[in-house]
Amino acid sequence: MPSAASTGEQATSLGVHSLTKRFGTRTALNAVSFELLAGELVGIIGPNGAGKTTLLSILAGVLEPSAGEVTRSPREVGWVPQQPALYSKLSVAENLRLFARLEQLSDPERAVTEMLAQTDLRDRADEEVGRLSGGNQQRVNIAIGLLCEPGVLLLDEPSASLDPRQRERLWEFIGALAGRGTTVVFSTHNVAEVERYADRVLVLVDGVLLFTGTPAELGRTVGRDRRDFEAAFVHFLHERGH
Amino acid sequence: MRWLLIKDLQILRRSPLLVGVLIVYPIAIALMIGFALSSPPGKPKVALLNEVAPGQGTINFGSQQINVAGYASQLFQSIDPIKVHSREEAVAKVKDGEALAALIIPSDITEQIQSLVTTGVGSPTVELILNTKDPIERQFVDEAISARLSQVEQAVSRQVLRVAVTDLQQVLSGGTIQFLGQNFHLLGLRNARTIVQGTIASLPPGSPLRVALSQVSSFASLAIEGLGFASPVLGSIGTPLTVVQTQLAGQTTPTDSYAAAIAVIVSLMIVTVLLAAGMLALERSENAYSRLVRGLVSPGRLLSEKIALSAGCAAIVSLLMAAFVSLFVHLDWSRFELWVLALAFGGLAFGALGVAIGGISREVSTSSLLAFLLSLPIAFVALVPADAVSGAVKSVLDAVAFVFPFKAALEAANNAFSGTAPGIGWPLAHLAVLTVVFAALARLALRRFA
Repeated sequence: MPSAASTGEQATSLGVHSLTKRFGTRTALNAVSFELLAGELVGIIGPNGAGKTTLLSILAGVLEPSAGEVTRSPREVGWVPQQPALYSKLSVAENLRLFARLEQLSDPERAVTEMLAQTDLRDRADEEVGRLSGGNQQRVNIAIGLLCEPGVLLLDEPSASLDPRQRERLWEFIGALAGRGTTVVFSTHNVAEVERYADRVLVLVDGVLLFTGTPAELGRTVGRDRRDFEAAFVHFLHERGH
Repeated sequence: MRWLLIKDLQILRRSPLLVGVLIVYPIAIALMIGFALSSPPGKPKVALLNEVAPGQGTINFGSQQINVAGYASQLFQSIDPIKVHSREEAVAKVKDGEALAALIIPSDITEQIQSLVTTGVGSPTVELILNTKDPIERQFVDEAISARLSQVEQAVSRQVLRVAVTDLQQVLSGGTIQFLGQNFHLLGLRNARTIVQGTIASLPPGSPLRVALSQVSSFASLAIEGLGFASPVLGSIGTPLTVVQTQLAGQTTPTDSYAAAIAVIVSLMIVTVLLAAGMLALERSENAYSRLVRGLVSPGRLLSEKIALSAGCAAIVSLLMAAFVSLFVHLDWSRFELWVLALAFGGLAFGALGVAIGGISREVSTSSLLAFLLSLPIAFVALVPADAVSGAVKSVLDAVAFVFPFKAALEAANNAFSGTAPGIGWPLAHLAVLTVVFAALARLALRRFA
């Protein structure tokens, strides 16, 4: 499904300027800057320890940056952590209702009903989350991130624990979100997912933003005609000394 | 905070096994501790061989008799006797473990005492056979029997002295004594002196008997004076020290209500600490913490909610427990509002300790284990008696007890329950300070919690 950004809507949804995060003497993010467009589907890729989760955690308001600026308040950003952040002893509806109330939504029950419908979990509403499959838990996890109808949704490795079928359904859902104008930012180790679903790629290595552009542009940069996208990405990192 | 409280109660409602264990386990521990503290140890079973023939337990002392056998019954106040008929049977009972010890009273015990009392020669001896396998039980039996034998010794001594003093009085003042079923009249020194002085007065002035009788009269006067002092001196030897007990009203606490306070506070501590530590660590284990603190709930409010939840649940359990205990032990219901205050403040302090543990351990099973491992030593440190350790060690233990909530909570509950002690203001203030301190520690720990 084409995202809103790919159909020509170009309003800036979120801006990041010189974002830096230090943990003691280690610099996890070093003056990272970029802008996200409304309805854009952006993939962040990079090796382990590149700073992907740190970047998303700062955008979500979980971590405070050491320096730099984010133009959108964390309360206006939906956050879907890598591991489902859910209470396994509560039902799907109870989890959604709790977070809807904590978000201080004007009509929590309506929001719960909408999310159950959107994530196709209406028939599982009263089931304990701990009894759900990993794929359905991830859908509830995303539904909670969407409760406040955020303009920007952050997903930290959303497909990491899913099987291929669940992954396909997840990307359909995310694609539909972006199609409705929600800016979606996701981190992943799966380079093929970025090539397939992302409108734009951010390559983050050792806290430094090495590349920003479309998957096709990344392919052209490394001469993709000679290798597949994953090999091209590895070659790209190798050329830059990583 | 309301929604978080409801959420946590829902989670607890769906974990009946956990809640059941959390309630039953500490109550069982607390009741056992309270029972152990309020009940004296039972009488040890002792095999008793009395070889003194019936009717032979009497010592003749002067004109009077002392029934030694009567004092043997005093021993039974401290022991549970198993009567045996031979030394071999007594030894067998001890070896089999049926009796913790055997006490053998030889047949010549009265003769030995009689000889000792009348001639100063003799060594009345009883034999005590102890099972040496268990040193604690051995000490227990040894102390019980030794203490009681010492009392019997003192009682016999007192009786001998009493007889001696009575006889002395009769020597001084005269009287009637029984000997071999017949009554005999004793003249007494005072009467003898009177008679001698009367005789001297009736003699002619130049009578040679006057000098001799005057010497007898002087001797009688000296003897009367000396023996007059001897009577109270002998009487005082029987009870050389007198202990005067003074009960200061308002400063003492019945042992039973103190044990009840210990039982209730142990229960309060275990429930609160485990619940607070576990529920906080659960937020991280469920990965919900990072979602909550990104603007939905501040870390401070999250900690407050966990402290309030655990303190509230545990205070209710402890109050019910106190009410139940009050069926068997006198607790002052007229101070019920003080019970509530003591348990609420205690619960808050223990809750703060619990979230500090949960914040540091960051994982449910680790935090539960840590909470449990810390709880009992915290209680025992506060319960070590002052005379059980040296002064320096006691100072260290007091300092440790001061920085944890158990001692202050126990003091508050004890004062509230007994009604005989002063107010609970100071322990409550102490608990409030500890609540703030441990909550601050927990807040620091949350910095590395996400």
